[in-house]
Amino acid sequence: MLLLRISFIACSELIKTTEMTNTKGLWQIRHTVVLLRILIGWHFLYEGVIKVYNPDWTSFGYLATAQGPLKPFFLTLTQDPFLGIADSLNCIALIVVGLTLITGIFERIGAMVGVLLLAMYYLAHPSFPWLQQVNVEGSYWFVNKNLIELVACILLYQFPTGQYFGLSSIWKKKNKLTEKEAI
Amino acid sequence: MNWNRRDVLKGLGGIPILGAVWWAGAHHAVAKNRKRSEILQQLNIQPSLPSTVQKLTGEPVRVGIIGFGIRGEQLCRSLGFATPEWMEEMRLAAEEDPKHSALKDYLNQEKLNVQLVAVCDVFDYRAEKAVAAFTSDQNKVKRYANYLEMLDSGDVDAVIIATPDHWHAPMAIDALNRNIHAYVEKPMTHTIEETYRLKEAAEKSKAVLMVGHQHRQTLSFQTAQDIIEKGVLGHVSLIQTNTNRNDDNGAWNYDIHESASEQTIDWEQFLGSAPKVPFNKNHFFRWRKWWSYGSGLSGDLLTHDYDRLNCVLNMGIPNSVMASGGIYTHNDGRNVPDVLQANMEFSDFSTGSSQIPGKEKGMTFVYSATLGNGFSRPTILMGHDGTMELGNRLTIWPDGRSTKYAEMLENEKMNPRVPIYQYDPGASVPDAVSSATSQYFADKGLMWTYINGARVDSTFLHLREWLSATRNGGKVSCGIQEGFDEAIAAHMTGVSYKLGRRIEWDREQQKIVPIEGIDFDQVLLDNNEVWKPQMPELAES
Repeated sequence: MLLLRISFIACSELIKTTEMTNTKGLWQIRHTVVLLRILIGWHFLYEGVIKVYNPDWTSFGYLATAQGPLKPFFLTLTQDPFLGIADSLNCIALIVVGLTLITGIFERIGAMVGVLLLAMYYLAHPSFPWLQQVNVEGSYWFVNKNLIELVACILLYQFPTGQYFGLSSIWKKKNKLTEKEAI
Repeated sequence: MNWNRRDVLKGLGGIPILGAVWWAGAHHAVAKNRKRSEILQQLNIQPSLPSTVQKLTGEPVRVGIIGFGIRGEQLCRSLGFATPEWMEEMRLAAEEDPKHSALKDYLNQEKLNVQLVAVCDVFDYRAEKAVAAFTSDQNKVKRYANYLEMLDSGDVDAVIIATPDHWHAPMAIDALNRNIHAYVEKPMTHTIEETYRLKEAAEKSKAVLMVGHQHRQTLSFQTAQDIIEKGVLGHVSLIQTNTNRNDDNGAWNYDIHESASEQTIDWEQFLGSAPKVPFNKNHFFRWRKWWSYGSGLSGDLLTHDYDRLNCVLNMGIPNSVMASGGIYTHNDGRNVPDVLQANMEFSDFSTGSSQIPGKEKGMTFVYSATLGNGFSRPTILMGHDGTMELGNRLTIWPDGRSTKYAEMLENEKMNPRVPIYQYDPGASVPDAVSSATSQYFADKGLMWTYINGARVDSTFLHLREWLSATRNGGKVSCGIQEGFDEAIAAHMTGVSYKLGRRIEWDREQQKIVPIEGIDFDQVLLDNNEVWKPQMPELAES
């Protein structure tokens, strides 16, 4: 509860910041991007933490049912010793993306890792109309949620916001003077 | 440098979100794990470990194969002898589908200390194929024109019998009388009378008899035994088990070989005790479709399901059987049914009870089969406290009205829709099975088992256990007692189907309760689609 309370204060502060720094409107594109960054980070982190705390979790089922042009590659990953490596890398990558996007530091690295992970997820189960869709909750034609989140990660890469809201802002303030001189 | 409250919150605002998400994820996962281990602790199921088998030391065991047809070839492969034709076919299959691991599995199979020295098949092509495929510098294969010549040659220590059903018992009895070890395919016998003769021969013989129900090696069935013993399901009152096939191979319409003729097939020897009919390729290759040589669904496929459950429950021969069915999907001249339902009553049997003593007793085993639909209906054991789906995988659901789990259900620690136990030893192995029939056997746990995550052919394990017992002694998992139960249960079903009457077992006398004026074996072997009563009093009843 305490954590949620702190989060609430932080969010109010973000809105206040918006009000103070933005004379054109209350809510600017960069604020939407900050929100997007935190939501995507949230999504990745939760997925990663759930897996880390479940000793029985494995990506075997997901990989073994892979379809599409890269099916042989994903099937190879289901075999020893690749499966263990793939499982660990997946967990580490999910958590790295989550940490960097939520805290707003090294977020471009995080966004890139996110793009790579989502590209793998998309290619393992691509929403091609000629493939049978397994374990999906919606109807898709080429475009699915993985692909959309992937493009959102590209946006986060191109539009870093850590200096507005995130650990990078502390770094930024520290170097403010230097930056001004450079300009 | 000045840090105001806003700067700090802007910089560190993500940290509490991070903490909240991490806490929620960890809390969720840990709570789920705790709930799971609480259930597992209550169930206390011990997944079985593969049994250790003493090695075959000394001189190699000299094995002869009688019948080198579809099953004979499979048995030879499990013994470590695959034909080059099959290896090439599997190599091509693996090229097409990397998950197709039949060849890899075969090459990884442990080598048994055996020699395949003799073959006997009434079809020249098959016998010659075996001789050509398995003769090498280390292994000389000799063809015998007759199985008795093979048994009397002094060159074989053990024989594998993979012939039509009507030859199983005569060959096994002749082998055992000569103290030659015998592995006989299912059903163990073709008639009731020879079941008793084979039992006597096996009990007198110094040789080891094994009946070919290889699924007794499946680890999930051994785990299922533990589940029943621990009373996880409570009193099981109903078992449903099924055959669902919808393809030519599954309906026993096997290919007729191009070189088959009266010149290449010893027809008289094939017929043996069967009625003398002119040479017929259809009968030769598709013998499972006639009572003269085969036993239809009751002997061919019910036996698998019956023995799977007898292996888990050890329930023995049913008190009574009632069966019905007909030829409804393959009206092609066969006289065995292709749709069959059998109800077996075990009125004194119990798997234990969680309720007041004496309230629960008795169980019905329902076998339901069709060769005209392939929808996979699982084998289900229905107990007062839980339901178990039995196959290569095991899944257990608690029953919503269970006595044993009442408290856990009330505290929402269990939910009737959520399995409380799942056993899937092959979970880390991707499988590819080649045909609809193989898929049917694979799902039932009849083809292979998993040991330390690796797929192992259960027929190999079954043969290895038998061969080890021939050298080192010890009990085999499907010997004469298990075979006797299987054969009698199958024959009672066949007779019930043909007579349209309830057939009863006298446990004291160890025999089927006679029906006046009826010779059960005559009924079993009768080739009319429907048994025509010959006694006037039966016609009246």
